[in-house]
Amino acid sequence: MSGSGLITRRCFIGGTLLAGFGGEALAQGFAGLGDSADGFAPVVPGRTFAFPADHGPHPEFRIEWWYVTANLTDVSGAAYGAQWTLFRQAIAPGGPREGWANQQIWMGHAAVTRDDTHRFSQTFARGGVGQAGVEAKPFHAWIDAWEMRALDSVNDDNIAPLELKASGAEFSYTLRLDADRPLVLQGEGGYSRKSLREQASYYYSQPHYAATGILTIDDRPIDVTGMAWLDREWSSQPLAADQSGWDWLSLHFNAGDKLMLYRMRQTDGQHYGSGKWIAPDGTAEQLASADIAMTPLAFTEIGARKIPTTWRVEVPSRALKIECTPLNPQSWMGTSFPYWEGPIRFAGSHTGVGYLEMTGY
Amino acid sequence: MKRALWTLAVLLSHWRRHPMQLATLLIGLISATALWSGVQALNQQARTSYDRAAATFGGTRTAMLVARNGLSFPQELFVELRRAGWPVSPVLEGRIQIEGRSLRLLGIEPVTLPAEVGNAPTVGKASLQTFMTPPGEMLVAPETLSDLKLAEGTRPQGDGGAPLPPLRMQPNLVPGVLVVDIGIAQSLLKMPDQLSRLLIGKATGRHPPLESVAGDKLRLIEADAETDLERLTDSFHLNLTAFGLLSFFVGLFIVNSAIGLAFEQRLPTLRTLRACGVSARMLNIVLVLELVSLALVAGLIGLVCGYFIAGALLPDVAASLRGLYGAQIPGHLTLKPQWWIAGIAISILGALAAAAASLTKALRLPLLATAQPFAWQQAQRRWLTYQSALALVAFAAAGGFLWFGDSLISGFAVLAAIMLGAALILPMFLEIVLSLGQRYARAPLGIWFWADSRQQLSGLSLALMALLLALAVNVGVSTMVESFSRTFLVWLDGRLAAEVYVNAANDAQAHEIKAWLRERPEVEAILPGGRADTQLAGAPLEVLGLPDHATYRDNWPLLQSTADVWVKLRPGDTALVSEQLARRLHLSLGDRIEVPASGGNWTLNVVGIYADYGNPKSQIAVNFAALTRRFPEIPLTRMGLRVAPPKIPALISALQEKFGLDNRNVADQATMKAESTRIFNRTFSVTAALNAFTLGVAGVALLTSLLTLANSRLPQLAPLWAIGVTRRRLAAIELLKTTSVALITTIFALPLGLLVAWCLLAIVNVKAFGWRLPFHVFPLQLLWLTGVAMAAAVAASALPVIRLARMQPTSLIRIFANER
Repeated sequence: MSGSGLITRRCFIGGTLLAGFGGEALAQGFAGLGDSADGFAPVVPGRTFAFPADHGPHPEFRIEWWYVTANLTDVSGAAYGAQWTLFRQAIAPGGPREGWANQQIWMGHAAVTRDDTHRFSQTFARGGVGQAGVEAKPFHAWIDAWEMRALDSVNDDNIAPLELKASGAEFSYTLRLDADRPLVLQGEGGYSRKSLREQASYYYSQPHYAATGILTIDDRPIDVTGMAWLDREWSSQPLAADQSGWDWLSLHFNAGDKLMLYRMRQTDGQHYGSGKWIAPDGTAEQLASADIAMTPLAFTEIGARKIPTTWRVEVPSRALKIECTPLNPQSWMGTSFPYWEGPIRFAGSHTGVGYLEMTGY
Repeated sequence: MKRALWTLAVLLSHWRRHPMQLATLLIGLISATALWSGVQALNQQARTSYDRAAATFGGTRTAMLVARNGLSFPQELFVELRRAGWPVSPVLEGRIQIEGRSLRLLGIEPVTLPAEVGNAPTVGKASLQTFMTPPGEMLVAPETLSDLKLAEGTRPQGDGGAPLPPLRMQPNLVPGVLVVDIGIAQSLLKMPDQLSRLLIGKATGRHPPLESVAGDKLRLIEADAETDLERLTDSFHLNLTAFGLLSFFVGLFIVNSAIGLAFEQRLPTLRTLRACGVSARMLNIVLVLELVSLALVAGLIGLVCGYFIAGALLPDVAASLRGLYGAQIPGHLTLKPQWWIAGIAISILGALAAAAASLTKALRLPLLATAQPFAWQQAQRRWLTYQSALALVAFAAAGGFLWFGDSLISGFAVLAAIMLGAALILPMFLEIVLSLGQRYARAPLGIWFWADSRQQLSGLSLALMALLLALAVNVGVSTMVESFSRTFLVWLDGRLAAEVYVNAANDAQAHEIKAWLRERPEVEAILPGGRADTQLAGAPLEVLGLPDHATYRDNWPLLQSTADVWVKLRPGDTALVSEQLARRLHLSLGDRIEVPASGGNWTLNVVGIYADYGNPKSQIAVNFAALTRRFPEIPLTRMGLRVAPPKIPALISALQEKFGLDNRNVADQATMKAESTRIFNRTFSVTAALNAFTLGVAGVALLTSLLTLANSRLPQLAPLWAIGVTRRRLAAIELLKTTSVALITTIFALPLGLLVAWCLLAIVNVKAFGWRLPFHVFPLQLLWLTGVAMAAAVAASALPVIRLARMQPTSLIRIFANER
């Protein structure tokens, strides 16, 4: 979920400042963030991942997130989407300090989407005092009353089963996530490039969750089932100076395959693409930038912005040619730093559902 | 349109011929607008800064959770509430000393701070990182920074000598407050993992009830639209507003008489215009137009004057508010556009109201009517009866407010109703006095003197009412100020009984100083002092520790006490309560209060009530040793010393030299009294200034009324001149007449003023400040005011009288030829 990560990283920074102090500080205090990763651990190829330790936080890196999206349906077949995100940001390098002196700032985003409504909420916390955090074993990620918690029978290699909870103004949800297949390391063994230069992150996913639970919209509980996808990513400096935003997709094929795709939009027009095709048995194959074509087909006006909410996606090597349409084109995350994130469905050479995130518009 | 313009030109030509009248009209409007808008500017300035204070990270504008016992509570409660979905943000509050000044320290948590916490100061260009991570930053208002005489970026020394976080200027911040990150506040205040309150942000989801998360440890305080400061300072602003209103009405009296005169004089012109075909409607529209343009000009000038008045009074207002309530008002004036619009509007509305009578007359002006026989006597009697009836209604209302009212507003309502009633009854009172005079007069000229004075009443009564009100308010306010001043000085003697006061930098230094002082033979006693802050009945409470010593037994300003009060105080289960607290909680001797202390609630028996003037907070006094047992954490840095007066200077300089104390940390009684008295005197300088303004405006009102009358009264005077009374004699009689009605008015004003003073002392002060002052009458002051009033009357009548004395005989002869 590189795209999501990159934008929300910025969004996180902006959001934190906006919440407390107004936007002025954004430019002043954090403009330099994209420039260097001084004092933080670098992202280098060839890392060996270890679970459950890597489910926990990596405070030596500047940013990190735990990101879940779910495509759900109710008994009548109506579609819903749910998003749960926890971001960690270190405002200063060095080992985590005690209490309020802790350098970690946490941000949570949660949303539910229906074809006629999109509800979202955000919250912030300082590390060190217990308001937010992540523990690797037993796995528990929380901010305020939102949490993602391992159930008793948890398998660390699948990071399942989990319970996922969030609530905001006029919505809430509780979902149980089960998975019987292992995690997928994105990029090259979990090393995910974001440009042709050094920008990269550590990135793994659990795309195989089956979700069941209850969504509540306007005090009306709805039983839902469906599929969910977890992304775990951390880095110290994944953004190139000439990258303006990204378009990211996670797709669940009806045939059982999964596909993660993104393109980093560059100011020179040479977009950097990447993807991973995951077969139903869990085996995964990296897709090259040149093998991915993403073309906007229709735009939605949201405020003063024009957002490409309908896409044609082509992967010729896999004979994939689909058209992706949003469940709700108004899936706008009007958080401190806004972006578009919502459930989609697709048809063409393949059919299925997924999630789309677009930033920098 | 053209016709309207011509009509306007004709009407305006009047002012060219009578520039003095124009000046009077403008002066009236300008002074009305200026005083009113000046007072409004002051009020607005103060309210803006209260808002600023209220919005400072959880003033009363924000709903919050506090500990049930009013003290601090553990941080885990914050985390537990957040984890349960409560959108709370922690705040820790305390006081720290910088450069010998005690400042309020607020620790905030910027990440969870609710965005809607009013105009929360923005960290601005400083980054979140520097604010939050040690050494952090200390945000401070520019005013405080300059008070401390420190530059931005310096790290002042804290209590223990350790450097505090660097100071960062924050223009939005309230003066006297330092804002740091919560973690830094916890370490500076030595209160690790402790919080003072939790601000509640907008709920983003459902959360369980408070009790299920925090048990009974926390208590919810709902957001309050009105701030504590607003409540406290209400009386002060009401006071200012009342003065503003009074001046406004007195100014309108001037406008009324100026317009009345102009209308009288323009009657022939109006009639001619009507005869030339100008409709009554058109005439009225043009008259209104003329008036509105004049009001516009005068309103603008008045606003500029009001701005300067407010600017001139602001330092004193700020000093008063700081002295009385601890409210911090910035010293430079900032005005909102609404202020300008409201000022212009009030000028126009005031002018229209003052001209209403004349305008109605113009509308009904009979086209062909010539001068009407002046059946003044009949008209006047009806008018007097009517007005007196209204006066009785006003007095009844005053009685009603006094009997049933229990608020500050009702206190002011009593005052307003009494004054209104008195003003309305004044003409009747004068009429009775003058009729009596007439009855006992024998000489024909004497009878005429009284009769003519009576006839003048309807024309002069408005100006005399203005004089009455101005005088009564003057008497009332100066009696109150003088009573306060006298009581305050006696009280100060009782409260500042020790000869030298020392404030050590910390407990260790205090210990050293005490040890050193014990060796000094000239020190007769060391009286340790201590103060704890807690809460009682939802409001802040100061707990003062008094050592068991003759100094207090002999001097403490007790208002009521039980027998052997000082003996009863010794065991630590009794307290003296301040008058304010006693009134607020309806406490009397023998009652019990429960005071939250560090080790649990402290039950105290009330054994005495003492005066605590000028303290906005409630206070109780307990035995010092008992205080330190119940609040072991309070600093014991303050002490009073009993020293023989001749040895004071030597001791002070020895103390300063030995312990590096400066003037702020060691002071003798005389200096402290002088300082307190200086602050006190400034407190009332605004009142005095407004008082003088009002009296001045009343004087102008009298002058304009007399000028107005002088012209219309020629038909009455000309016959006397014709039968042989010289112009000089006529002028002397006129002067005597004016001064005698003014004198009667003044004599009426004196008891009224004392009644006003009584209302201020017994009703308004008690509601506003919580204390009741003894009522004193100051005869010399009354005599002085009488003199001032008479001087004002003589000065006001001088111009018309001199005119009359110098009037050309032809003008008087012409009266007989000219029927108006």
